[in-house]
Amino acid sequence: MTTNTLLSLKQVGKTFSNGTVALQDMSLDVQEGSFVSLLGPSGCGKSTALKIIAGLGNLTTGNMTWPTATVDQLGRPDHEISFVFQEPTLMLWATVFDNVWLPLRLKGVKKKAARAAVEEALEMVGLQDFATSYPRELSGGMKMRVSIARALVTRPKLLLMDEPFAALDEITRSKLNDDLLRLWQKMNWTVIFVTHSVFESAYLSDRIVVMAARPGRVVADIAVDAPYPRGGAEFRSSPTYAEASNTASKALHAAMQSGDHL
Amino acid sequence: MTKSAPNTPEIQLDPVELRKARIARNERIGRWLLPIIVIVLTIVGWDLFCVINEVPHYVIPRPGRVLEALIEDWSLLISSLGATLVITFSALTLAIVGGVGLAILFAQSKWVEMSFFPYAIMLQVTPIIVIAPLIFIYVDSKFAGLLICAWIVAFFPILSNTTLGLKSADHNLVDMMKLYGASRWQTLRFLRLPSALPYFLGGLKIAGGLSLIGAIVAEFVAGSGGAGSGLAFRILEASYRLNIPRMFAAILLISFTGILIFMAMSFLSWLFLHKWHESAIKREI
Ligand SMILES: Nc1ncnc2c1ncn2[C@@H]1O[C@H](COP(=O)(O)OP(=O)(O)O)[C@@H](O)[C@H]1O
Ligand SMILES: [Mg+2]
Repeated sequence: MTTNTLLSLKQVGKTFSNGTVALQDMSLDVQEGSFVSLLGPSGCGKSTALKIIAGLGNLTTGNMTWPTATVDQLGRPDHEISFVFQEPTLMLWATVFDNVWLPLRLKGVKKKAARAAVEEALEMVGLQDFATSYPRELSGGMKMRVSIARALVTRPKLLLMDEPFAALDEITRSKLNDDLLRLWQKMNWTVIFVTHSVFESAYLSDRIVVMAARPGRVVADIAVDAPYPRGGAEFRSSPTYAEASNTASKALHAAMQSGDHL
Repeated sequence: MTKSAPNTPEIQLDPVELRKARIARNERIGRWLLPIIVIVLTIVGWDLFCVINEVPHYVIPRPGRVLEALIEDWSLLISSLGATLVITFSALTLAIVGGVGLAILFAQSKWVEMSFFPYAIMLQVTPIIVIAPLIFIYVDSKFAGLLICAWIVAFFPILSNTTLGLKSADHNLVDMMKLYGASRWQTLRFLRLPSALPYFLGGLKIAGGLSLIGAIVAEFVAGSGGAGSGLAFRILEASYRLNIPRMFAAILLISFTGILIFMAMSFLSWLFLHKWHESAIKREI
């Protein structure tokens, strides 16, 4: 399996104007097609890192490169990143269809031309029957699915997810985890998935990057060597899963003890 | 939860739900019945008061007398109301254009907002009644003068509400717009304006009533200076002639117009928001 580096962060630092050092010397190479989890206590700079990668914030020191991608004027790969936030972040005044259409609409794609792509995206998240619904008519899990459909309608290369399922109940969450893995395999995405759940990171990713706070930095990089599809309950009771969870858990605790307690 | 048609004869409900259903039904009826009862009682009380105290009709006319005046002077009053309404709605239209336009301008640049918002507040807090005489000195056209006065009163709630609304767009959605390379115009069109809509409509509800008040106040000021045919002028004229029933009739007409305008604005608000905004959604539980 030969893989290319999609994204490379070299000693990236970010200091906010109020003096907060959100990131310091963060280095990270992300391989194409991998599923990387960023795991860490709150305030360790996970969101900041994700925003920098998305091009939504500048870095203060270090640099970020995209070895394989064609790059636009802003230095980020051309229309190939999508972002899923912790909240569904939907336009409440627009139907499900219009919400998913938005990224294409912003590129000037008319409704008719976008129809096929939008319907396909909705089908992938199992919401084909809800195109004309408004967000308020949907459950929390369904809203999150709309958010994911909107992210995948542009066929992104890189999907950034910032604690996307943190606000959902356990059952919905585990269902969405499985759906996400299925889509990831089907779509050839690279995913960077921010979470503060050890078990979620071990279940989903092929690599767990543990971060610590004050200053935000990488403290451990754990590979989870298990093939996909991982098959739900079976994988959750496997030694590989237990070991990965254990290692990540320890690294996380060490990270939290080295800084001050929350 | 298959077919639970509303006319199914027997749905089992617990006492709490039964009570809720009863309360809901009573509220539905009460919403219409109570105001009607109160108005009828008020009118009866007013009539009794006049009869018992033998109040002369040129001080307080009996309700019947007011009704007579309303019917007798109908064509006069209605054409005056027409004139007032022309001012009211022209002013409201200009207030919408000006208020929303300025709000969009403010949203484009903090510097502009910081520089000019104080002026908007100044216009708002200075009573129109003290500015109006000046306006009628400087502006020749009476129509334009009336319009300016009504506009000054009506535009502020639209401006301040829309300004707030444009700023209240979800930050994550703003980020997403940026991520997908949306232009300023696209962000305004797809995100900021829809986010501001509920705020704007809230401002419109207030501005509708205020533009009527502004028009009437301006007519009072202008009316004392001579020509004019608005409702306020009719009231002034009637007061000079001690035609108290006509004054009452005109006041009644103004109040009803105000209520109608408010209801129209509320309906408009419901029309735009009922599909998605919390404020317009009936709660089931
Ligand atoms: N815009 C900002 N201005 C100032 N400080 C910020 C800003 N955004 C985040 N921070 C600070 O940077 C640190 C990292 O934040 P964040 O990346 O949101 O952490 P996480 O997502 O891991 O919880 C926190 O201490 C936070 O308070
Ligand atoms: Mg965060």
